[in-house]
Amino acid sequence: MFGYYLDLALRSLKRNKALTVLMILAIAVGVGASMTTLTVLHVLSGDPVPGRSAHLYYPQLDPRPMQGYQPGETQPMRQVTWIDGMNLLHAGRADRQALMTGGRVAVQPENATLDAFYSDARYTTSGFFPMFGVPFRYGHPWSASDDESHARVVVISAELNNKLFGGRDSTGQTLRLSGRSMRIVGVLRDWRPNPHFYDLTRGSYNEHEGVFVPLSTSQDLNFDHMGGMSCWGNAGGGLHPSHTSTCVWLQFWVQLNSPAKVAAYKSFLVHYSEQQKALGRFERPPNVRLRNVMQWLDYNMVVPGDVRLQTWLSFGFLLVCLVNTVGLMLAKFMRRAGELGVRRALGASRRALFAQLLMESGVLGLAGGFGGLLLTFFGLWLVRRQPDGYAALAHLDPTMLLVTFVLAIGASLLAGVLPASRACRVTPALQLKGN
Amino acid sequence: MEFGPILSTLRRHKITAFLLVAEIALTCAIICNAVFLISQRMERMKMPSGVAEHQLVMLQVANIGKQPDAKARTEADLAALRRIPGVKQVALVSQVPFTNSSSNSSIRLDPKQKLPTLNATQYFGQDLIKTFGAQLVAGRDFRPDEYMDYDAVMRNVDLVRNRTPSVIITSELAERLWPGESALGKRLYFADIGVRVIGVVKSLIRPSLFLGDDAAQWSMVFPLRMNTDNASRYVLRTDPRDRQRVLAAAATTLRKLDPHRIILKKRTLDEIRSDFFRNDRAMAGTLLGVIIALLTVTALGIVGLASFWVAQRRRTIGVRRALGATRSNILRYFQTENFVLATIGIAIGMMLAWGINLFLMQHYELPRLPWFYLPVGAVALWLIGQLAVLGPALRASNVPPVVATRSV
Repeated sequence: MFGYYLDLALRSLKRNKALTVLMILAIAVGVGASMTTLTVLHVLSGDPVPGRSAHLYYPQLDPRPMQGYQPGETQPMRQVTWIDGMNLLHAGRADRQALMTGGRVAVQPENATLDAFYSDARYTTSGFFPMFGVPFRYGHPWSASDDESHARVVVISAELNNKLFGGRDSTGQTLRLSGRSMRIVGVLRDWRPNPHFYDLTRGSYNEHEGVFVPLSTSQDLNFDHMGGMSCWGNAGGGLHPSHTSTCVWLQFWVQLNSPAKVAAYKSFLVHYSEQQKALGRFERPPNVRLRNVMQWLDYNMVVPGDVRLQTWLSFGFLLVCLVNTVGLMLAKFMRRAGELGVRRALGASRRALFAQLLMESGVLGLAGGFGGLLLTFFGLWLVRRQPDGYAALAHLDPTMLLVTFVLAIGASLLAGVLPASRACRVTPALQLKGN
Repeated sequence: MEFGPILSTLRRHKITAFLLVAEIALTCAIICNAVFLISQRMERMKMPSGVAEHQLVMLQVANIGKQPDAKARTEADLAALRRIPGVKQVALVSQVPFTNSSSNSSIRLDPKQKLPTLNATQYFGQDLIKTFGAQLVAGRDFRPDEYMDYDAVMRNVDLVRNRTPSVIITSELAERLWPGESALGKRLYFADIGVRVIGVVKSLIRPSLFLGDDAAQWSMVFPLRMNTDNASRYVLRTDPRDRQRVLAAAATTLRKLDPHRIILKKRTLDEIRSDFFRNDRAMAGTLLGVIIALLTVTALGIVGLASFWVAQRRRTIGVRRALGATRSNILRYFQTENFVLATIGIAIGMMLAWGINLFLMQHYELPRLPWFYLPVGAVALWLIGQLAVLGPALRASNVPPVVATRSV
């Protein structure tokens, strides 16, 4: 039966080529537009550290003065001060933890053919690499004792290693950074979490550091700080924030492997705030948050509003295309009332006619899906040509490929239901008489 | 024109008529909002900066390692840059409009106030007003003796605590802080430090609009002198025609003075501005594309349905022709029919447009859709409808009366 209906559908579609092409185009354009925007949305709201994100938490504290505090409403700071960061790090209450901040360093290649250039850097403690599951191509991360001894070591990205050493194993080599000699201990594989969840002050997408330096060493060597900084009182920012100033400029991440540990860590943060208040460092009552990666991204609204707006827009567009297809299919099916009447008179049930007509819309949907897929590839190519930071990430993955076809066939079947049910209601006698 | 027969025909083809109306309504609703969004983006791209944009170029420079003699080096840099032919003004400033990187501060009108009044951006740099070409509308620019070293003040805030330093603010900030009054001589507070307004500029945009466009003009300028260690942006003012030459010459000059430094960026302010609004431009382009695609799809839909109708009514048309209807009667009939359907669709579409706008207002902080955007969608759809129906209607008018006499 399936094969027969398919044959009938193809015959019918071939009979009126212009209308068929029009319907396929309408579906393809609607699906293409929706899938392009949906893919961008999907990529941008994706999980930057799959498999780990549920266990990674971002503790927030509120060390500001009483002035301006509204109980229950005021959100704690989005970063931590040097003192609080160090205290939390040394308390070591989580399964893993790392204190970090952004910066930039001048890379001065030995190779005389390359000019010195600036690279984005991450100054962090050693917990960063195992906690975020950072993959290494050569070498290994630095150790906790390197953190303590302010070792002059550096881990570089695959990209920087390609640029400076042509992709060879460069561990053990010396790299001059902002006038200082550092020893390369590790080279990463390609690792670019998107969004750049661990430090959103540097931009949310397509940010990646070329150089990773121990936080303690970066402070010794006076490396430049880059990234958001919020101060209160009379403190001010700069490239070299003071460790005692009332400014937040560091990010502190922890890994907590079980819900019990999360609860325990939260009460530790409350306890810590109370203790700091008793010491006179904090003024506000404990005001803490402990968000995991996805909650943190949500709270910071990293997905650009324009992208959401475009998604709404394209689904509105798809709706118009569908209404259009319903109208055209209705026209087409009604026109064949005569043929359908004959089939009814020869004994085909309504159900059989319905199935036959739905098959036709399914074939249209499949063709529209292929067209839509091509248009999606074209749409994503257009998106990638845009200058936004996130644009380069717009690629179709297998899930979205599947969604494209499900959307196209589902939409056209849906569009086929009404016309098909109308058309198979023909009264055979009337049609035969008319003919 | 006879509406009676049209309405009775439509009543017999409810579903097809309904689909056409629905399509027109949806298209109309989306187009009204899309046109409004485009105009919003265009408006945003015209946002005034208050600086002489076409005359400014910027070089961002970074040194390798800390500079012990930053102050002397800064003076040497500035002197060398001033000597470049065509350069009218030079300044080393802490931040530049449209660069998305800024230093901001909460301010209070009374030091004891619980919550800050607002958050404004702070510009530092000697000769900043003159170099930017910001237009003073009240008071005066800073006197040379008012400038202090940024480093010295940061090291020891007591230097300014009892001196009440001067500040220049924008007219919009002045109006916001002291509505209807002159801002000159008034005081602002940063924590416990007071500053006095000595001048008001017409406009000076903040470098990043993280607080929304309404706060775009909340800017302050302080008489603080920067050096190469705490500021990286040289701004040069020149004739628009000389910009590229001056940029190149400035880069060469700066590298000659210190071959180890790295020029991170060298651009004209026009380029920087264009970059800043690129998302708006891209969005406006996308919306325009959607409008065109929507109108095309709708037009094709109308062509398809009208063709179907014409084919279905061939006999009726033949009968009408045989009974004495002229070709133009038939043509007019289909045109009127489309007009009626479009009008119903447009009426529903306008309500829908208003609904979509309410949704957007809630989720995307968009203003209310002004009424005059509604006719835009209406006219577009009437036109598209008439254009689309013309072909099938002409075909209908060519149906010969003899059709009426044939049985099939």
